[in-house]
Amino acid sequence: MTGRMASQADTPPRRASPVAVAVEWVGSLVLEGVRTFFGVLALAGSVGRWMIRPPFRVENLFAQFDFVGVGSVLIVALTGLFTGMVFATQSWSAFERFGAESLVGPTVAITITRELAPVLSALMITMRAGSATCTELGTMRVTEQVDALETMAVSPVQYLLVPRILAGVLMGPLLAMLFDTAGVFGGFAIAVLVKGLSVGTFVLRTQDIVGPDDVVEGLVKAAVFGLAVMLIACHHGYYASGGAKGVGQATTRAMVSSAVSVFILDYFLGLLFH
Amino acid sequence: MADGSPMISVRDLYRSFGEHEVLSGLNLDIEAGTTSVILGGSGSGKTVLIKHMIGLLKPDRGEVLVEGEDIVPLGDRELERVRRKFGMVFQGSALFDSMSVYENVAFPLREHTDLSEREIRERVAGKLALVDLHGIEEKYPADLSGGMRKRVGLARAIVRDPKIVLYDEPTTGLDPITTDYVDDMILTAKRRLGVTSVVISHDVASSFKVADRIAFLYDGKIVAHSPPAELRRSTHPVVERFLSTWFGKN
Repeated sequence: MTGRMASQADTPPRRASPVAVAVEWVGSLVLEGVRTFFGVLALAGSVGRWMIRPPFRVENLFAQFDFVGVGSVLIVALTGLFTGMVFATQSWSAFERFGAESLVGPTVAITITRELAPVLSALMITMRAGSATCTELGTMRVTEQVDALETMAVSPVQYLLVPRILAGVLMGPLLAMLFDTAGVFGGFAIAVLVKGLSVGTFVLRTQDIVGPDDVVEGLVKAAVFGLAVMLIACHHGYYASGGAKGVGQATTRAMVSSAVSVFILDYFLGLLFH
Repeated sequence: MADGSPMISVRDLYRSFGEHEVLSGLNLDIEAGTTSVILGGSGSGKTVLIKHMIGLLKPDRGEVLVEGEDIVPLGDRELERVRRKFGMVFQGSALFDSMSVYENVAFPLREHTDLSEREIRERVAGKLALVDLHGIEEKYPADLSGGMRKRVGLARAIVRDPKIVLYDEPTTGLDPITTDYVDDMILTAKRRLGVTSVVISHDVASSFKVADRIAFLYDGKIVAHSPPAELRRSTHPVVERFLSTWFGKN
């Protein structure tokens, strides 16, 4: 017995195999994802319940429209403009090989309205408004400001989360429309002003191929993405713990989850539309 | 209360976090119009207890009666009604840092009353004067010292004249002079407003200064509950040891 104990003490602790470490890592990621998913769903339910109860704090709502929407106008317009310009430049060099330069306009317009506008404007909302929202709510949580609201008989979900999430849902499509406009203008600038395509060809070909359905698809996606990224940011911030470090980690998790969610949702919404 | 029943009554309260049982069948009565201090070491569950009193936490088992009404089974709406009886002063003040001092103190009035802006301004100025703060309405919490933030926190807690004020570690991290000032502030609030106060603390000197009764929390239960003078004569070993850190061994 004594000998066995001595030999155990002499043996260095066994290191887990790389496969076990990898499985554990993947497992913890999946668990974290599942926990976040159900946490966000539960929060969405709570937000839905508080959204329809008075009092309706219009001032708070407009403050969030201003922050999420108006504050993102410049960054979304710039992103849209340059995305349209890059896309037109690249598609021009491809299409000119078989004389289909006239398709540059519709190609740019259809890709931007259906996909790039909702996805990229959602990512801009995530980076700008989502990160700030998560940090602000997390700081309020760890400094007991959220508890203070509750002790003053004010629902933090209604006061803090409802306006932020409504702003995401409503400002997402408006920012996507801005992205559409800037992106198509960027494509127009490259195709017509730089490459010399006629205005008529650009406009008529685009009108022929791009319809209202394409724009609507993009706007619906933008509303869903706006809802998702603000819900995720609010979830991580609202339940943050562990002081400044915890708030930082919550913000990182919120940003990663939001970005990944946008791409996953984009795929499934794409299936739904087509 | 007129019928002599306690303002807050905690009965057989149990609460665990994971495997760790923080409250283990705790019983406590808080009489109306008194200042009760819940004394105990760090991590003894004082904050958990006070959060149960205002419904921020739900127990695993037990009752929390506020003016005779059990608040444990209440939903969000009913809890909001109960919470209007309370004001709470937080350890870190918990002032809204995006709002000025004036907006912080006015917040409960804006949310729960139909007072005009002039009436709100008068009420806010009156409560700030009560905690001896003047001319700081436009400042932001980040511009204030720790003691000033505590006082603004108290002004916000009492602005709607609640029946009960809860203080979470009001003197932690303050220098002795500011601690003395905060103690006076608690006594003033009781004297002038007649509120029932519950103070949680591990500061022995401060507790003996402000308390009508002191409850000692240890191992998830109240092991002693008496007026300060009686508590000094307690023979409970943990209470004796805790108090000896301030009063000495004899």
